[in-house]
Amino acid sequence: MDLQFSAEERAFQQDVREFLASELTPELKRAVRLTPTVFVEKDIADEWHARLNRRGWLAPLWPRQYGGAEWTPVQQFIYESEAARAGAPTTIPMGVRMVGPVIIRFGSEAQKAHYLPRILSGEDTWCQGYSEPGSGSDLASLKTRAEPDGEDYRVNGTKLWTTHAHYANRIFCLVRTSSEGRPQAGISFLLIDMDAPGISVTPIRSLSGDHEVNQVFFDNVRVPQANRIGDEGQGWTCAKFLLEHERGGVFSHRLMAMVQALRHLMVDTADGESALSEDPHWRERLAALEVRVLSLEVTEMRVLSRLKAGEPPGAESSMLKIEWSELQQALTELAMDIAGPYAQFFEPGRPLYALAGHTLGDERLASIPPEYLNTRAATIFAGTNEIQRNIIARLVLGA
Amino acid sequence: MDFSLTEEQRLLQESVQRFVQDSYSFEQRRTLMAQPDGFSRDTWAQFAEMGWLALPFEEADGGLGGGPVDTLVMLEALGEGLVVEPLMATVLLAGRALACGGDEAQKARWLAPVLEGRLLAALAAYERRGRHTPGWVETRAARIGERWRLDGEKAAVLHGECADLLLVSARTAGSPGEPKGISLFAVPADSDGLSRTPWQTIDGLRACELTLEAVMLPADALIGEQDAGLALIEAVLDEAAAAQCAEAVGAMAALTRITAEYLRQRKQFGQPLAAFQVLQHRIADMFMETERSRSLAVLAALHARSEDVATRQRAVSAAKVQAGRSGRFVGQQAVQLHGGIGISDELSVGHYFKRLTALDARLGSADWHLARFAAQPTRG
Repeated sequence: MDLQFSAEERAFQQDVREFLASELTPELKRAVRLTPTVFVEKDIADEWHARLNRRGWLAPLWPRQYGGAEWTPVQQFIYESEAARAGAPTTIPMGVRMVGPVIIRFGSEAQKAHYLPRILSGEDTWCQGYSEPGSGSDLASLKTRAEPDGEDYRVNGTKLWTTHAHYANRIFCLVRTSSEGRPQAGISFLLIDMDAPGISVTPIRSLSGDHEVNQVFFDNVRVPQANRIGDEGQGWTCAKFLLEHERGGVFSHRLMAMVQALRHLMVDTADGESALSEDPHWRERLAALEVRVLSLEVTEMRVLSRLKAGEPPGAESSMLKIEWSELQQALTELAMDIAGPYAQFFEPGRPLYALAGHTLGDERLASIPPEYLNTRAATIFAGTNEIQRNIIARLVLGA
Repeated sequence: MDFSLTEEQRLLQESVQRFVQDSYSFEQRRTLMAQPDGFSRDTWAQFAEMGWLALPFEEADGGLGGGPVDTLVMLEALGEGLVVEPLMATVLLAGRALACGGDEAQKARWLAPVLEGRLLAALAAYERRGRHTPGWVETRAARIGERWRLDGEKAAVLHGECADLLLVSARTAGSPGEPKGISLFAVPADSDGLSRTPWQTIDGLRACELTLEAVMLPADALIGEQDAGLALIEAVLDEAAAAQCAEAVGAMAALTRITAEYLRQRKQFGQPLAAFQVLQHRIADMFMETERSRSLAVLAALHARSEDVATRQRAVSAAKVQAGRSGRFVGQQAVQLHGGIGISDELSVGHYFKRLTALDARLGSADWHLARFAAQPTRG
């Protein structure tokens, strides 16, 4: 056992540092600091994606033949760690990390040739059509129908919690093509143009006043059958494949950056004669979370090293989802407590990084409450933490 | 970056696991504990034969040259067996203190027989008022001509009752709480003026309170540098604490497995307990707590002998905080999920619970380590 990187890995780490030093502008960094939503806004994402793409790093896990970087798990870990420390944006996953890998794994050559380059170039912006009003955790019960009509399908139904649907020009959807047999067996994976007639998008404002998610309605939308990925009825297989991609990953360094930011906030927050940072009570509250983040970092490394050896991640992949989401919530909660009376402060202007001045002087105070509010979603999306605990229990109980 | 075990470590793991399986069943353990010392001298001799007592020492000292990761592998496997032998006290505390602080003559005299299983030793580093803080030393050592005179009281000396040799921290300068001025002394158990009040721990080990009244020692009883003993003691305590975290992980993993097995078998309302989601989620949490502790136990092992004291303390304290918190959770939930039978002394469950509870009270509690972790200077 050791935590050392190999010579090649250290060289890669140096490349990443140089890249970040030259490409991560102060404006981008500030935008990241003042983003209270799950993902950065489209203008910030587009700029960062373009910079990554020029370096060949936008799709770290895709095969080289499709323009990917084919990073090893350790390289991925190194990039994420350096990017988090530097305060770089995270990439928006819907194209690169979600639909991209599904197209590569299950798509036809024509589909690969058409869609993959557009993800990298930024020509296409994707959103994900999974959840529905009646289908949350029980995703397989989804009702949005796709009925054959000549060479096309006619799609009717609605999708909910669709992140960035108001920016996207394409949506990948799970639709019902059959109601025979097990609910999972009648699901297909469809790629749909957002400008197709019959699609409408209604914004959903979150608790924080942010507009990040939407409801998408499909009213007799014609979609070529050629836009289906894989066979009819293979959608569930694609969805499971995608969820596993969504679940893996490296989050601890982002959380450690939050710990660091809270430490600075405590130094800057006066409480009578001294700062909060000098009070053991506050130091220990932060320390208790830092211990958990350290633990998560090692767990991530253990999972990566297992992936490197070609072994499946096991119950730990569900554990990682639970850990990072609960820690993120706990850290935003501590931020609220540090903010004290300003935990109730509401800044209506958006985006925060574009505001000319800040009412309270310290711009950090504007993002603490909305971040806390938005982070409540972390234990709900990407498979609720209750579902993740079901999965872990199944593996532990061997049932 | 690599988390796999070497071939040697895998073999060590297998041999300890096999020992626990074959010779350390719950019933066998009861018999061993009923012996006068609270453990079996025969089993101790077996440990020596297997080389386990020599594992964490340099080859030059007659050891096997193992590092903290090897110790982690051994302790995790022994943790599953709830062993009661004085491995922590004699090998990882007193033995490592002799190895790190002793000169050649002292090592030949005391360390060599420890490795062979012929000498039991214990470390008396804590005092009543100092609680978990080894820097709080009121016990005094005064130089009288060519000899040392020790007076004072030491607290909660693990396996001090049966030890042939006690390593005692005493103040040669300064006042309680000052890091400087602490020295470590080798005190034979049959010294005049030394008396012990033995007590039992809730997890089946033995300990004692120690009183030193005008205990006279020769000049060569001083282990390591005069006045600078705290650094040595803290290094030894940290390395032992890292190992103890691995022991806790072993106990937690076993307890989670035993509880999962019980949930599958026990039926109420016409179905196995495993069918109830509230219990499924509880066992999932027990699994996660164990894995959280495992990750930090590994980190602690990887830094346990780090030259950089801040790095060592940070990793060990993080691991000890997590092991303490997780150990409590896993232990309490295992009892709860077993229902009434969980509080019976007849079942191993309660004994794992007691072991995990006691581990938190030894080598610095979770609270103590959290305070140490929180006091580290801001980085970056």
